[in-house]
Amino acid sequence: MSDTLLRNTTLDVAASSVRDVNRALKAADDGSFQVLNSGGAHALACGLDAPVDVTIKGHAGYYCAGMNKHASVTVEGNASTGLAENMMSGTVRVKGNVSQSAGATAHGGLLVIEGDASARCGISLKGAEIVVGGSVGHMSAFMAQAGALVVCGDAGEALGDSIYEARLYVRGSVASLGADCIEKEMRDEHREQLADLLSRAGMDANIADFKRYGSARQLYNFKIDNAY
Amino acid sequence: MCGIVGLFLKNKALEPELGRLTALMLHEMCDRGPDSAGFAIYGGGDDRAKLVLLSKSGETDWAAMKDQLVAELSAEMELETLHDHAIIRTSADGRAVRRWIIDNAPDVTVLSLGKNIEVFKGVGDPDRVAKDFGLAERTGTHAIAHTRMATESAITTAGSHPFSTGADTCLVHNGSLSNHNNLREMLMTHGEQFQTENDSEVAAAYLAWRMSEGDTLNQALESALRDLDGFYTFAIGTENGFAVLRDPVACKPAVIAETDDWVAMASEFRAIAPLPGVENAKIYEPEPAKIYSWSHAVKGQAA
Repeated sequence: MSDTLLRNTTLDVAASSVRDVNRALKAADDGSFQVLNSGGAHALACGLDAPVDVTIKGHAGYYCAGMNKHASVTVEGNASTGLAENMMSGTVRVKGNVSQSAGATAHGGLLVIEGDASARCGISLKGAEIVVGGSVGHMSAFMAQAGALVVCGDAGEALGDSIYEARLYVRGSVASLGADCIEKEMRDEHREQLADLLSRAGMDANIADFKRYGSARQLYNFKIDNAY
Repeated sequence: MCGIVGLFLKNKALEPELGRLTALMLHEMCDRGPDSAGFAIYGGGDDRAKLVLLSKSGETDWAAMKDQLVAELSAEMELETLHDHAIIRTSADGRAVRRWIIDNAPDVTVLSLGKNIEVFKGVGDPDRVAKDFGLAERTGTHAIAHTRMATESAITTAGSHPFSTGADTCLVHNGSLSNHNNLREMLMTHGEQFQTENDSEVAAAYLAWRMSEGDTLNQALESALRDLDGFYTFAIGTENGFAVLRDPVACKPAVIAETDDWVAMASEFRAIAPLPGVENAKIYEPEPAKIYSWSHAVKGQAA
């Protein structure tokens, strides 16, 4: 496969390889691309750093759109572990469900999951914004440091365990809050942020139905009461 | 890393396709576990006990062993061989046959025992193991398969999954157990016999022991949540049932898909993607420490 591609090109994983497809995407400065026969392959559309538009017409495996910068990646199916891990900027959207650790350590950009996300969604979040149309699994936003996680459904056990400064908005029930995570007042600035995130994610939800959760800031400094 | 797949059919019309579909699923998990593989297929049988045996050296004199068994246990035995495996069908008590072989035939590993189950294993490319043992042509009600990337004990055929110690019960495991040595000793005091050093065999024996004590599969799994320490995603087969269990941290991957025709479980979705009707399946990841089980007696989720 050539390293230089015309715009609006279709890339077929079955006819080449994940490495060829990723190399071609990485070589492009702009344009739209469709990836066919993804078949749950790992590391699709990883490490992109130009404003290209990529649509994966099927299911994606591990680490899809990892380290994304500037690019817009859409998965028209489900995505597996580590979606948009360490994303820096750009947009990643999944039409289906995603597996664990979606958006792990992501620094920037917008991650939209239209279905459910499983365990550890937004673990160690460092500034990216995540909007989940469905529910998230246990230990979501574990040790999240900055950024926001919006959950239009329910959250599993230990939401926001050991959280620093990320903002969590949940519309449905929260099975339990993790250590040092508490419900917080929803002020105007939060309502504005939530409305903006829902709008950019294309989610239709009433902001009055959401509750905000965040850090109680009791784990920042050593306190003997925190020791077991 | 290992790859797990399981397929439990609800629609009898699909039973002729069980092996072919399981082989497609197993193929997708080859790169999660390229060093060895195995599968358990619940394909039915007659009233006799059926034992699948493995020759460790590949040179076991099966006919001689059968003659010895017939003489020792005074029972009829029918013998069939396939590569380094042999299948014995007998009207004798299958547990007695298993015990005799483990005690008297050091070159033989008993891979499975039951009326319904057959387990086949091999080292090397999982697709080749499936081909060698004719997985794609096999029929039945449910199947479980595994591709192994060994971390905990040696790469041997006997050390490949699935593990089966009790009648018609088997288990595949992705993960590692940390208290298997203590559990093995405890189970040996209850009469369980082990054939490998593998931690997953201990999990299989644990469930077999609980069920031999009268637990249902779900009760045995509830006890397992309490007594097994470590990382695990298990897929478990019984004569009529199928179950999935993840440890309370749930680091090891698992996805379940369910339609009116089947329930499928795999380490990754791509192993489920080739199944018929998957586009209308209910797809979800099993929650930590929650028992998911199905049985042919009671259709649908019984957990």
